[in-house]
Amino acid sequence: MTGGPTPGAPSAAEPPRDPGAQPERTWLAWRRTTLTCAVSVALTARVALEDPSSIAVVAACLGALAWVALLLTAHRRIGGLARSRPGTMGAAETMGTLVCVLVLVGVGGMMLL
Amino acid sequence: MLDRIRVTVRLWFAPQRLREEGTTPDYRFSLANERTFLAWIRTALALVAGGIAVDQFLTDLRWGVRTGIAIVLLAGAVLCAFRAVNHWVRCERAMRRGEDLPASRFPVVLASGTAFAALLVIAVVVLGLAGR
Repeated sequence: MTGGPTPGAPSAAEPPRDPGAQPERTWLAWRRTTLTCAVSVALTARVALEDPSSIAVVAACLGALAWVALLLTAHRRIGGLARSRPGTMGAAETMGTLVCVLVLVGVGGMMLL
Repeated sequence: MLDRIRVTVRLWFAPQRLREEGTTPDYRFSLANERTFLAWIRTALALVAGGIAVDQFLTDLRWGVRTGIAIVLLAGAVLCAFRAVNHWVRCERAMRRGEDLPASRFPVVLASGTAFAALLVIAVVVLGLAGR
């Protein structure tokens, strides 16, 4: 047998791949969450297109902004997950997500008016 | 009690303070906790979508009933979102301290609410009350 790292053997430069694929599962969870958010925003967009009253249009725009903000939050977190030992979420991630959901609830409230 | 709530709420806004105590757990546990957080966020988002859908598509219902259902769903979304952050912070802190994970009644409340809503819908459909 010649030298060279055997697959799965730990090396100092690159820690072994996590067999549970935890970072991948976590970034997929972020993707699922942005997709779920897109469903709500698409609903508001549909309402705004059907009945373009000013309040519905403003609500749909706000919803779209919240979706973009969630997308950026997810993007930032996925960048953080790409490291070999990802740290925990920071305030930007938890609060960003919470604010996006609350804005969407506000959008839903505006639709009721 | 109030003090404990204040400390936890401060952690919502500054989760980096969690690092001040305990030891860092295996990152895989933190990632699992993060996915649970995201699952609760998705629940909240689904409730928002439900609220908007009820208001826009159940136009046969009376205005009061429709708006009432939508408001209940939207309020549930707010609760789920706050609970997501709160539970994430508490689990993360418990893991750092090596304590048991916090027990919570919230899933039971949400499950009961969902079951109650489903029974209500069954009753409305079976009795043919919809659209009157």
